[in-house]
Amino acid sequence: MQTTVTVGLGSCGIAAGANKTYEKIKALQLAEGLDFRLKKTSCVGMCYREPLVEITDDSGTYLYGEIDENRAIELLDKHINQSSPVREWVVQTDLFDASDNDFARSQVKIALRNCGFMDPESIEEYQARNGYNAIRKIAEEKITAVDVIQTILASGLRGRGGGGFPTGMKWKLANNNKSPEKYIICNADEGDPGAFMDRSVLEGDPHSILEGMIIGAYAIEANGGVIYCRAEYPLAIKRLNIAIDQARANGFLGKNILGIEGFNFDIYIKEGAGAFVCGEETALIASIEGERGMPRRRPPFPAQSGLWRKPTNINNVETFANIPWIITNGAAAYAAYGTEKSKGTKVFALAGKIKRSGLVEVPMGSTIRDIIFKLGGGIQNDKKFKAVQLGGPSGGCIPEYLADTIVDYDSVNATGAIMGSGGMVVMDETTCMVNIAAFFLDFTQKESCGKCTFCRIGTKRMLEILTRITEGKGVENDLQTLEELSYQIKDNSLCGLGQTAPNPVLTTLKYFRDEYEAHINHKKCPAKVCKPLLTYRVVDDACTGCMVCAKNCPANAIDGERKKIHFIRQEDCIKCGDCFTKCKFNAIEVI
Amino acid sequence: MRIARLTKTSEEATTAQEPDLGGLDYLIKKYKGKKGNLIPLLQGTQEMFGYIPKTAFEKIANETGLNLSDMYGVATFYAQFRLNPVGKHVIKVCHGTACHVQNANSITDALKEALKVDDGATTEDGLFTLESVACLGCCSLAPVMMISGETYGKLSGGSTVKIIKNIRLQESN
Ligand SMILES: Cc1cc2nc3c(=O)[nH]c(=O)nc-3n(C[C@H](O)[C@H](O)[C@H](O)COP(=O)(O)O)c2cc1C
Ligand code: FES
Repeated sequence: MQTTVTVGLGSCGIAAGANKTYEKIKALQLAEGLDFRLKKTSCVGMCYREPLVEITDDSGTYLYGEIDENRAIELLDKHINQSSPVREWVVQTDLFDASDNDFARSQVKIALRNCGFMDPESIEEYQARNGYNAIRKIAEEKITAVDVIQTILASGLRGRGGGGFPTGMKWKLANNNKSPEKYIICNADEGDPGAFMDRSVLEGDPHSILEGMIIGAYAIEANGGVIYCRAEYPLAIKRLNIAIDQARANGFLGKNILGIEGFNFDIYIKEGAGAFVCGEETALIASIEGERGMPRRRPPFPAQSGLWRKPTNINNVETFANIPWIITNGAAAYAAYGTEKSKGTKVFALAGKIKRSGLVEVPMGSTIRDIIFKLGGGIQNDKKFKAVQLGGPSGGCIPEYLADTIVDYDSVNATGAIMGSGGMVVMDETTCMVNIAAFFLDFTQKESCGKCTFCRIGTKRMLEILTRITEGKGVENDLQTLEELSYQIKDNSLCGLGQTAPNPVLTTLKYFRDEYEAHINHKKCPAKVCKPLLTYRVVDDACTGCMVCAKNCPANAIDGERKKIHFIRQEDCIKCGDCFTKCKFNAIEVI
Repeated sequence: MRIARLTKTSEEATTAQEPDLGGLDYLIKKYKGKKGNLIPLLQGTQEMFGYIPKTAFEKIANETGLNLSDMYGVATFYAQFRLNPVGKHVIKVCHGTACHVQNANSITDALKEALKVDDGATTEDGLFTLESVACLGCCSLAPVMMISGETYGKLSGGSTVKIIKNIRLQESN
């Protein structure tokens, strides 16, 4: 067989320099007349090893990690020219023990089945991997819309956008509302800052989303499709556009699709304009209609009156990506994974203080600990694991002692966090939980659309209190006020943004109250993050009098002469930490 | 609330050169009368000028019949739209959760210091505008920033300043 060399060109890979690696390999191939097929793919989930290059030859498949331009030269020389694989750079292979073999092994890839395994810009490769066979099966076996909905219901698939509403049920409701004009919308707004599951699927396997939408359109009898994609994902938008053109050219979009009489459906992309609240479905609809993205009251639900007042069904990217697989493999195959009430698999984006940050897909019911330690490889620099944030600004922080919680909708909800869309931001002992709570409140406060008083003003008041606490100006009943405000905001907000905005505060208060109390009562930040609460001091025994700290201090707050112990004047110290980082003798301590 | 983004002075906008609005004709022709056209019109305008000039608002309102106050309402609601000119390179420093946890603040601080501007402002030479955004989707490479469409990951204060210096150097050649 001909050897293939595949470079991973997702956003993460490109940011790590994968384009340069690709160009280098291409240039070398041309210059030296090397015999191999050069291919592109997207993110396979090992973002922490980017740029990734996979070489498949007669002996097997080798996935190489961290291949920059220089390594690419050596790699081609050794593996291609001399047929001798560079074992120490291999991160994954079936042939021998490589550093990250376990990363792939413990995963079950359904939504991510094609990500990193094919060229996302090629409809042929998608079809070679079973693509468009689900909609073909529907056409050939003349499966009715009702039966499609029944299959999705039986699979137990629940919406992956955060709400967890059964997808089959949603489709049934949309199907019940008869109208000559009906819409199906893919929510690709991915607003949770710190999550990138949807981006990877959009970039890595755009056709599966189109196919999911086509099947959805068939099931609910929709004729218009919209993908609402955030503008921060230019590569996703580019690849979606290519995929849509290809799908049209191949008759998967358009009139009488695959010969199904009267099944007319087409999709266009709507670029978001940067507003978190537009992930909420009624706000999203307002935004597509060209208005301010303000949520409105439900009912009427979009299934009754949505886009342009027509029945509309909205699903998340990952939800759609699962659909073709379920139709092809059957509901039972999907429901075989997961727990009683949460079936199938879930994609998580691991980020923060974790060794292997990237994308993983695991069966529902896996424990958080396994995801973080077995797949994620544990905490960076082997620091102490403190908490993991699930569900972004609507979610909460789960402490280390609850890490054996399994991931399914109900178990995660029971901790006070939410499953959310799959962002998992891992925190270690150097993360201050009050600071994190303030960070999320700052986000929701800015992103509140302003319609509901409690959400608009309440989040601002909460942020003010949190900021005060991090500045060492917290007072005794602050925590009580925070809790009261939290419940008032939850109860008096129209949409999910306000209803969940206090969650990061409530969960940190529940699990890390002592940390709040240290800030308020003792004016100390145990994680040493909140600057106003830190004191920088010279350790007399360690100071050599080298004067480096004094010279670097931007506030001239350090006194001392050569070879004499230095002294930091606390009244002038601005707590920038420069002395701490510059000192070579560990002679500055932070307390 | 979203309107809080409107703190910048409107004087900046008036002192800027009057842009040539000729290019808008094509855009107006493409979207005039179509439903849901307001956001694409604003996006197209911003792509052309880097921001939405006051005169462009007026021209679009006059020629499409859209309501000026509706347009302003939408433009100020969405974070993407700018009402003031920006520098040649827009630096978007990510302040999403993953980047925040990996100390994105120090990246913004280093840039503020190196460029001598505040967050949201443009350097005097018009080369750089410093912005904060929430998540660029490259969380595994945190902290991350994007300059003119190119993403840079695993930053430190020092490496960030080096990237800026390199762009400055290229620009002066
Ligand atoms: C403030 C807010 C933001 C949301 N952001 C998103 C998002 O970015 N992506 C998403 O798919 N769903 C988001 N949702 C959930 C959607 O409203 C909706 O439930 C979901 O797209 C439905 O798809 P699903 O049933 O397939 O999950 C958000 C909800 C709220 C209240
Ligand atoms: S949080 Fe910075 S790229 Fe996602």
